[in-house]
Amino acid sequence: MPTVVASSVAEKMIQRGGTGEVLLCFWRYRMEYKLNGVDKMSGITGSNEQQMEMAEYQELINRVRPKHNFLKNAILAFLVGGSICLIGQFILQIYTVQGLEQQQAQAATSATMVFLGAFLTGIGVYDRIGKFGGAGSIVPITGFANSIVAPAMEARREGFVFGIGAKMFTIAGPVLVYGFLISALIGISYFLLR
Amino acid sequence: MGQKVGRQSFRFNKPPVIAAAANIVGPMEGEGPLAAQFDWIMDDPLFGEPTWERAESKMLRESAKLALRKINWQPREIDFFLAGDLLNQIISANFAARGLDVPFLGLFGACSTFAEALMLGGMVIDGGFAARVLVASGSHHNTAERQFRFPIEQGVQRLPYAQWTVTGAGALALADQGGGPVITEGTAGKVVDLGISDVNNMGAAMAPAAADTLISHFQDLGRSPAEYDLILTGDLGTVGSAALKDLMKMQGYLLEGNYCDCGMLIYDLARQDVHAGGSGCGCSSVVFTGSIWKQLNEGRYRKVLLAATGALMSSTSSQQGETIPGIAHAVVVESPNLA
Repeated sequence: MPTVVASSVAEKMIQRGGTGEVLLCFWRYRMEYKLNGVDKMSGITGSNEQQMEMAEYQELINRVRPKHNFLKNAILAFLVGGSICLIGQFILQIYTVQGLEQQQAQAATSATMVFLGAFLTGIGVYDRIGKFGGAGSIVPITGFANSIVAPAMEARREGFVFGIGAKMFTIAGPVLVYGFLISALIGISYFLLR
Repeated sequence: MGQKVGRQSFRFNKPPVIAAAANIVGPMEGEGPLAAQFDWIMDDPLFGEPTWERAESKMLRESAKLALRKINWQPREIDFFLAGDLLNQIISANFAARGLDVPFLGLFGACSTFAEALMLGGMVIDGGFAARVLVASGSHHNTAERQFRFPIEQGVQRLPYAQWTVTGAGALALADQGGGPVITEGTAGKVVDLGISDVNNMGAAMAPAAADTLISHFQDLGRSPAEYDLILTGDLGTVGSAALKDLMKMQGYLLEGNYCDCGMLIYDLARQDVHAGGSGCGCSSVVFTGSIWKQLNEGRYRKVLLAATGALMSSTSSQQGETIPGIAHAVVVESPNLA
């Protein structure tokens, strides 16, 4: 029973544009960041002297390596992410005007955005948007579509079962697993605290 | 027969000759500053093959054949073919050798493979085990991205210090006699790890190994950096090169005007959006076979020290949080006019 509750709660939250979606996005972004291997600093073993040397070397590298331009990245992410949301809003309006109920219109909008993300990945455009927009194009649902279609495209050459079927979720998989886990936890808390 | 000098270095008795050099590069390398030096620039990264992996293998095979054609050697005259690449189980080199019908020794030294092959090829010849040896190494941007990082169409931002794997393969034909630049000395590298675990910062992971090999080279042979016309590292990129210079300086060796890195030569860093420069097995092999070998042959360089660097991790070891060990092998190649 709790899982049913969990998924329905998550659904409600997503419909309200609430924390569920935000959490999912956060996890997705976090996982991709992790996969990128950025913030790992482990495996250091050996004597104190070696550790000192390693720490000193890390300092040297931090000094010589080019820095992110956080402001520029944030502004670009805001503009690209904002534009994608604007397009989503526009599509939502069209569906609403065409007579769909709000809930149906929202679902249809999500599906359309996923299609657009997948299509742009397929024709080789989404990776360029991603290079430019960073988190702005990873976080929206179009980025989720990109992270499924991109590995699927490459795995095509390994066949349909162990290629596409198995490798499609190499990047999106962790997002789904922890997304479901969190929604289950929220569902249980909701069930107990109600 | 050659002799060992010091802890890690050696000197050839009868220096093996590099009789011919050939290379094939991808479209992006063909737009770089060294475009005019390459033998064959592919129009399409797939090279007429169904997969990138096959394209990489074909580049290796064709570059090896091209080196043979340039000096009219037949594959049956080759005693050994030494080659390697970056892919799991070095499939590109194995599959390239499948089509050549030559005794084959597969090598893995990550991006240092080219110098490793050159060093071992020279040893095999000077040791009297062979008269003619073919060495090659190559890499492909798309296969490396797939294996080590993200799918090509994934919309991620590359970090400002990430490097771009070179699409290209280079081959050299070595002989016990004849005309051409000669390999005179070399230094085999040790595996060195200063605790870098960021797979986007290969230059930083490899720089300590490069420094270790270069310093051992200078100490073993009683040299100074100034005695070379050119000291060339394989693929440290801008970050690794800066780190190497710092590390060398701490030990009292100055790398200045005669130092360069293949990863910084192959692309126009300002224009080509490759961040910290090129990397991969193909990086040092196409730069050396394209530009450096010719300049040595024409006598514009008299003495070059090539120290190719490799990062010895796998995607599994990185995911398990292991740090990235580096290695560097150095070979001295001299102009034919000197020897």
